[in-house]
Parts: sequence; C-alpha cells; structure tokens
Amino acid sequence: MIVTTEKLTKRYGDRAVVDEVSLSVRRGEVYGFLGPNGAGKTTTIRMLLGLVKPTSGSARVLGKAPGTPEALLKVGSLIEGPGFYPYLSGRDNLRVHAARRGVDKTHVEAALEQVDLAGAANEKFRRYSLGMKQRLGVAAALLGQPELLILDEPTNGLDPAGMADMRDLVRALAAQGQTVLLSSHLLGEVEEICDRVGVISQGRLVAESTVEQLRGDTVLLIRADPIEKAHVLIEGSSLHGDVLHVRETDAGSLVRTLVHADVDVQEVRPLRRTLEEVFLEMTGVA
Amino acid sequence: MGSVKAELLRLWKWPATWVLIGVWLVMTLTFGYVFNYLALNGGTNARGASQQQLISAMQPENVGAAVVRGLPMFGGAIILVLAALAVGSGYGWGTWKTTLTAGPRRVSAMAGTLGALAVIVVLLVALTFVVNLGAAITVASLEGWDWNLPGIGVLKPLAASLLIAAMWTGFGVFLGVITKGPALSVGLGLMWAIVTENLLRGVGSLLGPVEDLTKILPGGSAGNLAGAVGGSGAPGVLNDLSGTTAALFLVGYIVVFVGAATALKVRRDLV
Ligand SMILES: Nc1ncnc2c1ncn2[C@@H]1O[C@H](COP(=O)(O)OP(=O)(O)O)[C@@H](O)[C@H]1O
Ligand SMILES: [Mg+2]
Repeated sequence: MIVTTEKLTKRYGDRAVVDEVSLSVRRGEVYGFLGPNGAGKTTTIRMLLGLVKPTSGSARVLGKAPGTPEALLKVGSLIEGPGFYPYLSGRDNLRVHAARRGVDKTHVEAALEQVDLAGAANEKFRRYSLGMKQRLGVAAALLGQPELLILDEPTNGLDPAGMADMRDLVRALAAQGQTVLLSSHLLGEVEEICDRVGVISQGRLVAESTVEQLRGDTVLLIRADPIEKAHVLIEGSSLHGDVLHVRETDAGSLVRTLVHADVDVQEVRPLRRTLEEVFLEMTGVA
Repeated sequence: MGSVKAELLRLWKWPATWVLIGVWLVMTLTFGYVFNYLALNGGTNARGASQQQLISAMQPENVGAAVVRGLPMFGGAIILVLAALAVGSGYGWGTWKTTLTAGPRRVSAMAGTLGALAVIVVLLVALTFVVNLGAAITVASLEGWDWNLPGIGVLKPLAASLLIAAMWTGFGVFLGVITKGPALSVGLGLMWAIVTENLLRGVGSLLGPVEDLTKILPGGSAGNLAGAVGGSGAPGVLNDLSGTTAALFLVGYIVVFVGAATALKVRRDLV
C-alpha cells in the first residue's frame, strides 16, 4: 500500500469536512478520488501532505507519517492549482523547486520535456496559459522521481484541448508504472484513466472499488414477443414497459430457452449503468 | 542547504528586491549627501546645522554614522517591506504550499527564508556603506578637503546597522506570517515604523510612562542604538538609552519576532 488512511477526519467548527475516511492506494495503480465540488477531496489530500492536521484518525504515506521529509520526498503533488513565482520563468521556478527537493538541476530539463514545456521554459510563469501553468505544476511534481504522484483536479479550468493534453499526460505516466492519486469531480475523467476509484460525498467515502465493480453487475435487456411469456420463462427477470431486465451474463442460454418456447427474440443487449448514474445515485446529487 | 539556495535564487531574481534596495540607496544618497552638499554651497540651511556639522557629516571618515542613522526609520521601513512582501506574497501565489510539500521540514523551509533574507539584508547594508563611502569621497574631493578613510572604528556603526536591519527583517517576516498576505503586512508595518511610534513619541512628551515605553519599542530601540554609535541628524535617531541596552532590546525583538513567526509557520494548517 502506498497510501492508507484510517478514519481520517477534519472538522472545521462542528462540521466534519472529511468524515472518517478510510481509503487505500496501491502501488502502480491510478486511483481516482472522485466527488462533487466541496466533497472534501482537497482537504483529504492536504492531510496526506501534512499541510493540514487531521482532527482525528490517521494516515500513512509510503509507510511514513504525512508531512515528514521521508514521506514528502517520495511524493510529488499538485494541489488545487500550481503555486509558482509569477516573475520567474518556468525553468527558474523548477530550479528553485529542485533546490528545495535536493534534486540536481539537470533533472529540470527532462521534467520540462515530459510536460511539453521545453519551448516555453524561458517565459515568465505569469505569461503562461492556465494549461501551461498546470503542466508546469505536474513537471514540478515529477522532480525527484516520486513514488507517488498526487494530482488534485489537474484539469480544473482547462479548455477541452487542455483537458485532453492533461489526460494524455496522466495516461502516459501511468503506462510507465507511475502510481497516481488523481482527484476529480468529473466522472468521465476517472472512468477513462483510473484502475480504482474512491467516491467521496459530503466528507464520507461512499464507495471504493474498481470501475467495473462500481458499475455493478451486467444487466441484460431483452425485447421479445410475447413479452409476458418471456417474463414467466426467465427466472428473476423484471418487466420494464415492453422490455425485460435480467441480471445474467449468459445471453446464449437465455435466447435458446426463449426460442424453444416459441418466443420471438428481437433484441438482447447488455444494459450497463453508466458510472454517471452510479455516481449520482451514491452522492445524491441528482 | 537547499532551502537557503532555493530562497536566495528566487529573491535574487525578484525585481522587488532590487527596486527596494535601489530606492533605499537613492534615498540615503539624497538625504545624506546631495542635500547636505547643496546646503553647504549656498542653500538656506533651515535645519540650522553649522557649516562644520555638514562637513563632518559628509566626511569619508564618518561614513559609519551616515549608514546607521538612516536605518531606524526609513531604511528600516524599506527592509520591513521587503521581508513582509517576501513572506506574505507566498500565501497568495501558493508558493508556500509548494515549498512546504517539497520535502524539507517546515522549520528548515522557514530557516531557508530567514537565511536568504539575511544574505539580502547584509548585502543591502554593505551596498549602503559602499555607496555612501563613494559619495563621501566624491564630495570631499570636489570640495578639496583633507580626508581620511574610516578606521577600524567603523565596524561598530556597521554592526549596529546590521542589528537594526535584522530587527526590521524579523518584524517584516513576523507580519507576513501572521497576516498571511503582502498587503496587510506591508500596511501594518509601514504604519508602525513611520506613523505609530512617532505619534506615541508625541504623546510621550505629555505622559511620562508612554515616553519610557517609546524608548524601548522596536523603532525606539533601533533609534537609540543608532544614536549611541554616533548617528545623528536623521529622523528616528534617539539618545535616551545606552548602546548596550538598546542592542539587548533589539536582540530580544529579533528572538521574539523570528521565534513567533517560526512557531506559527510550523504549527498552523496551510489551506
Ligand atoms: N479552512 C477551511 N475552513 C472552513 N471550511 C473549509 C476550509 N477548507 C475547506 N472548507 C470546506 O470544506 C469543504 C470541502 O472542501 P474541499 O476539501 O476543498 O472540497 P473539494 O476539494 O472536494 O472540492 C468545503 O465545503 C469547504 O468550504
Ligand atoms: Mg478541491
């Protein structure tokens, strides 16, 4: 386990902004930390980095206490937007960061290449577009070859092209075996990129599983004539208007049963709930 | 140490650093030499300083006093602004977040900032000395005076200058951390250095206890140390305390400001 939390809680006043969250991120996976705005994602991440102290509960990052040099030096992070000196160039900002991290400044060029900013390295950070700023944030996070990369909503505020660039970048890093904790309020984003997801809503972790598990069992949709006869024949099926739903994966045997009983089968297809539906159901933000 | 190197790199390339140092050097030249030189050569000399006083103030030998007398108030205010901006802007830019998640402990990160500011402030005092000495030599040559380079005695006012500068740096850092921003910290700092203490001194002439208090406030202690090592003829310079007492108060303020700022930085959540 790269990250584990045990009933991690942060209260502001009497409101639990993060409420007994117990999650775990495994080595080599891309973990999607999913939740609507204000759910407590950033606060949880701040606690993993030692920026915010938990009210109760605990967390371990690479087996170490959050915020200690032992943990921080192996984690690269971009939390709620990049924080750089506006008057310095992208390259100088990375050099400053490299000095802090104890990384040789020769690694700066590789990091710039990796996020496709080598051409704009001498431009002042202030003049960067939002997408470039975010990519510089990722470059800084990559300095020192961290074992864990924490990216907090790295596509926030980007235009569609910038979002696609950022996703490609995360996918490329994942393909190299980089462990990533990626937070997002956009389902499509984690669905595409992540191996496992944790869903947080109003401070509580409401689900943690693979994307497949989250989506639930496959349900088959059957359109047949006469539909009532099919409904009787197929055990456990439910009638929805003029179609049947049944939790079953072996479509072949179903069709055989129906055909033998002289039922016309017009359509059989898997009915997959989109993650969006699952998400809305779980977070109650319909 | 990586943290000092990192902070030095970003402060060195920060235009504000050089603008503030430049403004200070121009100020010290203007008030220390240009105006005095003009006064000496036919000005009205409203301050009532004698020819001899003006000449003495501009002698290369007395450059130590010229450096130190500017620091209790105006020089101090500029140093305070520099320190408050250096620390306070990190909250708005989000660079504190980047710094505190980079790796080093918070104490080390803070030590990096303090160390780099110390280097900048030593440089500022050294530049003030060099520029003032250059101006003094120029004036002495133009006027055809017999002049001497300052002796070993110049070390005392220079050490006092560093102590005063360090206190204002600590004050600025403290304000930057406590207000978590550049605007309020600079506003409060300038208000304190230039307005509040002077107002209190005004009240002090009516109320004894307030007068005693003003002597040992940050600006008051700085002014008394400057006065004790020979500074004179500049706003903020005082002659109410011994040099040792004033220096001890300054050390106390440095410990309190830096200690409080560091403790706060280490403990407080960064959101
Ligand atoms: N310092 C703070 N004081 C009070 N409330 C806070 C603070 N930081 C965050 N919150 C509140 O906590 C909730 C969760 O915030 P956050 O963790 O940023 O959510 P997310 O990143 O999922 O959008 C929000 O309602 C936010 O207003
Ligand atoms: Mg957030």
